[in-house]
Amino acid sequence: MTERTEHVTCTFCGCLCDDITVEHEDGRISSVSRACPNGRAHFLDYASEPSLPRIRGEEASWKEALAEAARILKASRSPLLYGLSSASTEAIRKAVSLADRLGAFVDSTSSVCHGPTGLAMQAVGEPTCTLGEVRSRADLLLFWGCNPAASHPRHFARYSTAAKGRFVPEGRKGRTVIFVDVRLTPGARGADLFLRVDPGCDFEVLTTLRALVREKPLREQEGTCVGGVSLAVLRDVATRLKSCRYGVAFMGMGLTMTRGRDVNVAELFRLVAELNAYTRFSVIPLRGHGNVTGADQVLTWQSGFPFAVSYARGYPRYGPGEFTAVDLLRRGDADAALILASDPAAHFPSRAAACLASIPTVVLDPEESLTARGATVWLPTGKAGIDAPGSAYRMDGVPLRLRPFLPPRRPSDEEILGRLLEEVTP
Amino acid sequence: MGLRLVLVTGRTLEQAAGMHKGKCSEEYRAAVSRGEIAPENLAALSLAEGGAALLRTEHGTAEVRLFSAELPAGLLFLPLGPFANALVGDATEGTGMPSFKGIPVEVEPL
Repeated sequence: MTERTEHVTCTFCGCLCDDITVEHEDGRISSVSRACPNGRAHFLDYASEPSLPRIRGEEASWKEALAEAARILKASRSPLLYGLSSASTEAIRKAVSLADRLGAFVDSTSSVCHGPTGLAMQAVGEPTCTLGEVRSRADLLLFWGCNPAASHPRHFARYSTAAKGRFVPEGRKGRTVIFVDVRLTPGARGADLFLRVDPGCDFEVLTTLRALVREKPLREQEGTCVGGVSLAVLRDVATRLKSCRYGVAFMGMGLTMTRGRDVNVAELFRLVAELNAYTRFSVIPLRGHGNVTGADQVLTWQSGFPFAVSYARGYPRYGPGEFTAVDLLRRGDADAALILASDPAAHFPSRAAACLASIPTVVLDPEESLTARGATVWLPTGKAGIDAPGSAYRMDGVPLRLRPFLPPRRPSDEEILGRLLEEVTP
Repeated sequence: MGLRLVLVTGRTLEQAAGMHKGKCSEEYRAAVSRGEIAPENLAALSLAEGGAALLRTEHGTAEVRLFSAELPAGLLFLPLGPFANALVGDATEGTGMPSFKGIPVEVEPL
């Protein structure tokens, strides 16, 4: 008989849309409503049937696979635990305990995503708010180096441009929308103002905006441009930013993956902090994986640092550029890896992915990702929010309890990490 | 005749949809090997829509298909995935983050 479950939370991206309705029968999901294309596929393409682990591509029992995984981790002198961001908060907590016990490096997908944003937060602070405040109050939205139409398709309708909020009852008409990017992305087409910045010039544009907001005298001639944007346009933007009632900036990989990285993000955070001398202004990084914010949160509770942590000396040390996964792999500093709910084989630069392929790996993933396909041991676990319990943090730092609606037929990440923790404890 | 452009990698809905079908699927391969450049750059390469091209950076090479799009001349957009990864270096300038955007790239029609 078909069952219908409402208010399901989708954990595909950091929006954590919690208004999804799912119909399912005999453990198979038959229909999904309200979700974006990414969310629909997140539910519909998941098979919750029990699946046997694999050791070097060959099916094995859970007992054998866990013993082999524990053997790899115990034999390693310098293991890396990487990923975390699509697992539940509770599973991430277990992974950090395992890293502590093993004296391992632990790093999340943040390091190739919003790691530079974390560095900027530590340098400047984070003038932030919740997505509820954005929806209810924001009358100016500034999107910098991000493309929510592809990465977070329901962001506009649920939280930002088109959402009707308590103090913005007219929705899109009540909000000024400004996009800044090197290319006109699909989301930018609907903006009131689009600023096309030359590649690699975001810092110059941001620092000029800061100067204009603070009314610093600038030497200029008619037609002066900064980073491809005319000073006259930047002056208009500065006036709009200062005169709005409640402004919110969203930022993405356009700032973190390009020349300047954390320095670009810090400059945006400084601009936002300084705008609070004139009006209310906040910034929210558009976080990609469903619980990548949770990965930062848990690592910070447990170790004091959001990513790039080494437990090699028995206490946590922080080292972006040193203990981050790509750097560890490039230098050959990790001799084994446990990958939790992420696919570095598909998303790391080829040389780093090749280094990962050359060491023994234990992979916990509901799907047979490219990393799982090449793993020494693949442990097919359940999916948090579908058939495994737990919680996740939305991109604005709000934790949400996940409500699994299918009977658990696979072990959860939390359970498997707990068993590995027992296995490696003397 | 080749061109020197600036490579920017990023997300697309097609790349995500292909990912759900499985990263060994034809949909995924098609989505992540689909480069976009300005129409005048495509014409300068004497390529038709979807023409094959070899991309070369100091880190590696990749064969992709190029399509015209509303992009500024000089920019090449490629969805993130194995083709883009072959062109990205692993230096992180002390941050952990490789340069996935803003990479000088040489483009040759095939």
